Amino acid sequence: MRQKKHITAVEIRKFSAGTDLFFNIFIGIFALSCIIPFFFIIILSLTKESDMTTYGYQFWPKHFVLTSYVYLGKMGKQVLQSLGVTVFVTIVGTVMNSLFSSTYAYAISRRDFAYARFFTIFALISMLFVPGMVPTYLVVTQMLGLQNNIWALILPMSFGVYNVLIMRSFFKTSIPEAIIESARIDGASEMRIFRSIVVPLAIPGIATISLFTSLGYWNDWMNALLYINVDNLVPLQYLLVKIQNNIQVMTSQMQAGASAAMVQNIPTEGMRFAVVVVATLPIALTYPFFQKYFVKGMTIGGVKG
Amino acid sequence: MKQEVAASASVVIPKRKKKNFFQRLWANRVFFLMVAPGTIFLIIFFYIPVLANVVAFQNFQYTDQGFVYSVLHSPWVGFDNFKFFFQSADFWIVLRNTVGYNLTFLLLNFFFAIFFGVVMSQMRKARLLKTYQTMMLFPYFLSWAILSYFVYAFLSSDKGIINHMITAMGGSSIDFYNAPWVWPFIIIFLGVWKGIGYNSILYFATAMGIDPSYYDAAMIDGASKWQQIKNVTLPHILPIATLMLILNIGGIFRSDFGLFYLVPRNSGSLIDITQTFDTYIYRALTTTNDIGMSTAAGLMQSVVGALLIFITNWIVRRKQPESALF
Repeated sequence: MRQKKHITAVEIRKFSAGTDLFFNIFIGIFALSCIIPFFFIIILSLTKESDMTTYGYQFWPKHFVLTSYVYLGKMGKQVLQSLGVTVFVTIVGTVMNSLFSSTYAYAISRRDFAYARFFTIFALISMLFVPGMVPTYLVVTQMLGLQNNIWALILPMSFGVYNVLIMRSFFKTSIPEAIIESARIDGASEMRIFRSIVVPLAIPGIATISLFTSLGYWNDWMNALLYINVDNLVPLQYLLVKIQNNIQVMTSQMQAGASAAMVQNIPTEGMRFAVVVVATLPIALTYPFFQKYFVKGMTIGGVKG
Repeated sequence: MKQEVAASASVVIPKRKKKNFFQRLWANRVFFLMVAPGTIFLIIFFYIPVLANVVAFQNFQYTDQGFVYSVLHSPWVGFDNFKFFFQSADFWIVLRNTVGYNLTFLLLNFFFAIFFGVVMSQMRKARLLKTYQTMMLFPYFLSWAILSYFVYAFLSSDKGIINHMITAMGGSSIDFYNAPWVWPFIIIFLGVWKGIGYNSILYFATAMGIDPSYYDAAMIDGASKWQQIKNVTLPHILPIATLMLILNIGGIFRSDFGLFYLVPRNSGSLIDITQTFDTYIYRALTTTNDIGMSTAAGLMQSVVGALLIFITNWIVRRKQPESALF
């Protein structure tokens, strides 16, 4: 009975059918505008190069061809290399960030940690003030000597105070102190408690911050812009930045056996769009499945000291 | 539960109060191990760079004896770098752009996020709604490096679809990447468009969390849908919306680097209309290698940002104490 009443109440606050239709059309069009550009890029990556020069970019080109991808496969050494860099950086960085942020958050969420307050403030201060691009650049290049080093793409994002806040509120709300107490009475060490009790319970929280972090690493081109100027360490996103005006980065890697005719016919436009597709597809294919974690992370974001 | 905790604590560590400083450190050793990586990170990537801001008051010279030596042996110039920055013609353009774009974003994001959030909370078909939300979040998850290509496919002067349509209708094509007057609209549209899926979630969730009995009561009193939204939904959303608005004021000197640097494709004729503090600092660092002046610009940006956070927090604490940050 109670259940039924609840459902009717929910129905009551909806739009009338006419208004609902109007807003469905309105929001539907806007929602389409969010994904159509990507489909457009996919079509362009499949358009015959000469069609693009003659007719411009079209939603429905005269010829659908796979030439861009064939060329990408033939001379895509740089693309493969960049994909490798991006995947490596994303995996290593995400593992480091999730681990470091979770352990930090766990320690400051425990009342038994005598210095929890100090370390909470120690981390929170960094949210008030931004050290700035240039001083950070100087520290990374001059002090750490990480110019043209893959760690320059990993270390600057290997810990996140925002992730710490999400995890801290997660630990505080979903892991009751009583469980930890009972484990300790049973003789478990702090390390054991963390490993065997806290981590398994915290998986949803860790999944949330891992997804945010991996997205951050996958999409990062800024660190590469600042610290990388050798081709073999260029991540996918920065490759896109570099080929915006100059496709040379990719064509210079052309294998030795390529004929002159092949070099002449490189579909430079189509290849650019094909690289965009390669960089976007992993996100497009996975995020709808992880969306609930993202939404959770966004709404949990309103945490405070 | 509190009693339980207290009781067991007294069993496990009965002489807690009597421990001296070193014993206390030792007792917390596992927790220290847990905060160690984060602490090292914060020291290297936050505290040291913050201190490194002293180069804003120097004429920084690279030496080959390490960074610290370089800082200690560079000549001090007082506020010269700041003066140089404030007196340059660029300063006013950069200030106008950064603050102008940010104020516009602030107001439009505020309006559209609430509008979308409220409308979506009132829609009838939950499955369609979920689809819309998924679609609207897509641009939020993409980088400006990718989105700049999306934009280019539409705006390219010779091949872009928009010029294609303009010429098809008999107009003359626009060289978008050399037409400064369109860029404020393009940048503002893109900034709002990319973020709307994300920004509306908060308001959507708030609106969905409103107790349905408010709506029941309003309906019994004969309120129309619009009156319900005006008198039930919006009053529930406004406190959190005000808070978001105030909190975002702290970022008014910051900008989304990719939107202002990559999307206009670093086009020379667009610099005056797309230059913000962040792109200015980056260009000063890479083209003129002026370490002192670019650091000074960044330091000013951070100090103003921190001050704004303190001021807004002070205001929030007076009006809505439970929402204050600290």
